[in-house]
Amino acid sequence: MNPILLIIEREFLSRVRKKSFLVITILGPLLFAAMMIVPGLLASMPEDNKRIIVLDEPSILLPHEGKKQYQLSYLNPKEYDLESAKAEFQESDYDALMYIPSGEGWDPDFIKDNVLVFGKEDVSFDMEGYLEYLLEDQINKQKLLMQGVDPEVVAQSKTQVNIKGFKLSKESHEAETSATPLKMGLGYFAGTFIYIFIFFYAVQVMRGVIEEKSSRIVEVIISSVRPYQLMMGKILGIGAVGVLQFAIWVLLSSGIYVLVSQFLFADLFEAAAAGPAAGINPQDIAGFEIFDMLRSINFPLIISGFIFFFFGGYFLYSALFAAVGSAVDQETETQQFMLPVTVPMIIALVTATNVIQDPNGPLAFWLSMIPLTSPITMMIRLPFGIPLWEVGLSVVILIATFFAVVGLAAKIYRVGILMYGKKITWKELIKWLRY
Amino acid sequence: MIKAQSVTKKYSGKLALDNINLDIPKGSIYGLLGPNGAGKTSFIRIMNQITAPDSGEVMFDGKVLKPADIGRIGYLPEERGLYKKMKVGEQVLYLARLKGLSTSEARQRARNWFERLEMNDWWEKKVEDLSKGMAQKVQFVTTVLHEPELLIFDEPFTGFDPINTNLIKNEIKRLNKDGATVIFSTHRMESVEEICDHIGLINHGQVMVEGPLLDIRKHYQNGSYAFTTKSAMSHWEGVEIVDQAPGHLGVKTIVLSEHYPASIITSLASNGELVGFEEVLPSVGEVFIDIVKNGAK
Repeated sequence: MNPILLIIEREFLSRVRKKSFLVITILGPLLFAAMMIVPGLLASMPEDNKRIIVLDEPSILLPHEGKKQYQLSYLNPKEYDLESAKAEFQESDYDALMYIPSGEGWDPDFIKDNVLVFGKEDVSFDMEGYLEYLLEDQINKQKLLMQGVDPEVVAQSKTQVNIKGFKLSKESHEAETSATPLKMGLGYFAGTFIYIFIFFYAVQVMRGVIEEKSSRIVEVIISSVRPYQLMMGKILGIGAVGVLQFAIWVLLSSGIYVLVSQFLFADLFEAAAAGPAAGINPQDIAGFEIFDMLRSINFPLIISGFIFFFFGGYFLYSALFAAVGSAVDQETETQQFMLPVTVPMIIALVTATNVIQDPNGPLAFWLSMIPLTSPITMMIRLPFGIPLWEVGLSVVILIATFFAVVGLAAKIYRVGILMYGKKITWKELIKWLRY
Repeated sequence: MIKAQSVTKKYSGKLALDNINLDIPKGSIYGLLGPNGAGKTSFIRIMNQITAPDSGEVMFDGKVLKPADIGRIGYLPEERGLYKKMKVGEQVLYLARLKGLSTSEARQRARNWFERLEMNDWWEKKVEDLSKGMAQKVQFVTTVLHEPELLIFDEPFTGFDPINTNLIKNEIKRLNKDGATVIFSTHRMESVEEICDHIGLINHGQVMVEGPLLDIRKHYQNGSYAFTTKSAMSHWEGVEIVDQAPGHLGVKTIVLSEHYPASIITSLASNGELVGFEEVLPSVGEVFIDIVKNGAK
């Protein structure tokens, strides 16, 4: 049997048989499904309604009743002042007390800065926001009236503009529905996933190298196989673990998602299905718009791109991490080398928002050409449909860099794994390249 | 078995091996000796093809050393260890398969060795659950399992407990009798004197002396002789008394003499004083110190 296959087999089996693999493989999709389901579950929970008592000295809100979530009732300003209102509030079962002072004269600019809210618990942002909105609305109206303008006229003159985005492709000359939100989600998801995968598994490669070095078995092994074979076997074996884990995750996650949506949100789906039967124009239903959006996305390109950049990024980084692992004696010593290696990935992730806002801008272009950032940045850009030559160039650069980096990493690795008890500097590493 | 021809190896400008020529005869137990940093490990790594020489070549059994030969070499490095989380049996099989054995053959041989060294119930244990001495036995088995023609041990007795040291010495002698060539590398010269028949002394990347152990010791005989007499020896013409100590047969006196002290022997023997006489051969360590101080003879 080819030694590299033997090494792959050992790396793969020794990890897959571990209990922690089972735990992560099962918990992963549960967490993932929870991430998708919990927000929906929370949103569908009955709302917690708050009752607010208001001491409205200038009678600016009165008799507004608020909304279901925040119901307003009023104290008579002639009978209460702030102190007695507070006392009354303490005794009552209201959730909050709002105090609107009139100040001297009836000055809206004084009022706007002096409204107080007391809660039995901390006052939530949401409640504060709603009350501010109410007061702003009323004060605006009052100001308009004071200037002799009818608020109704202003309300009627307000206009909201809705722009619909289309993409006019050269090939079809047909306008397609712009699917920007979906593309954003897709790009961001794919980019983040690649980032997590690279980090998680490349670090495992590094740990494996350190383990072999610190347990001193490495010299026994490389008296049987070439250091290069050991390194590549490790990278491929751990990569295979990742692929298996990913495949299980996809299956389990979608399984759980389907099950949950069938049982928990059954009524929601029924409602959507009943739509066309009830004579509603299909075009008006959001679901059909999503269908249109999906059609506008080049899935074969995205999926093959995902697979390529997923592996390309993993191989590139795991070779770097293997070199880092070989240069140190313990994991705690890896920091000085880890930082420069991980910074490009972090840059790619941090700039994701900028890339999404301008998927064809110079930042997006260059980050998707630089091989250390391209696996993430290119994945973010891919759903937006970018010129094929750019994808091709990025792929070629990544492959070329991969071979160059593996060659260099193998050189460092070869020397590093036999070097003990020495604090390694960058200068030293560069020297090893010439051994 | 191994012939090194003008082997040179540099590490970032520093000469680790300087034009080395060594001849390790087939079937010998060969001591590769020298202080720390002399170049022993560098040479061993070249034999194991972990590194390649910058110039010169190594012949293995008459042919230039090639990658396929690793299956014929067993190597116990100074820095040794096993995968801690792996089971003993699995690990032994894995390492044997890396050396080119089939799974079934490796299993068969491993079972035999485990039987021999009384390790039968360790098969399913994890290495981290073994004591240090037990792990050393496992390590030894992994080194010899593929029945290599050449066995290389780098500082084999450091870290081994006395029981294992003895056990392994005996196993090594047995393997040697069965035809394996054995190379010992150590800086503790006295430790291999009893088992080696050939030695090579290395210092600063150069071979100082090489050959059959006894020949070398005879060659470096420095005129030292030991007399054992009934009463203490007094001064004799032409010899220098270096050491004198009472023993249970008589008083042992070490003298230095430029010539073979025939006249002393005759006169001591004639008056019945002489109990014993021997030529004192220098130890390997003494030979080495002599060479470092005075250069090779």
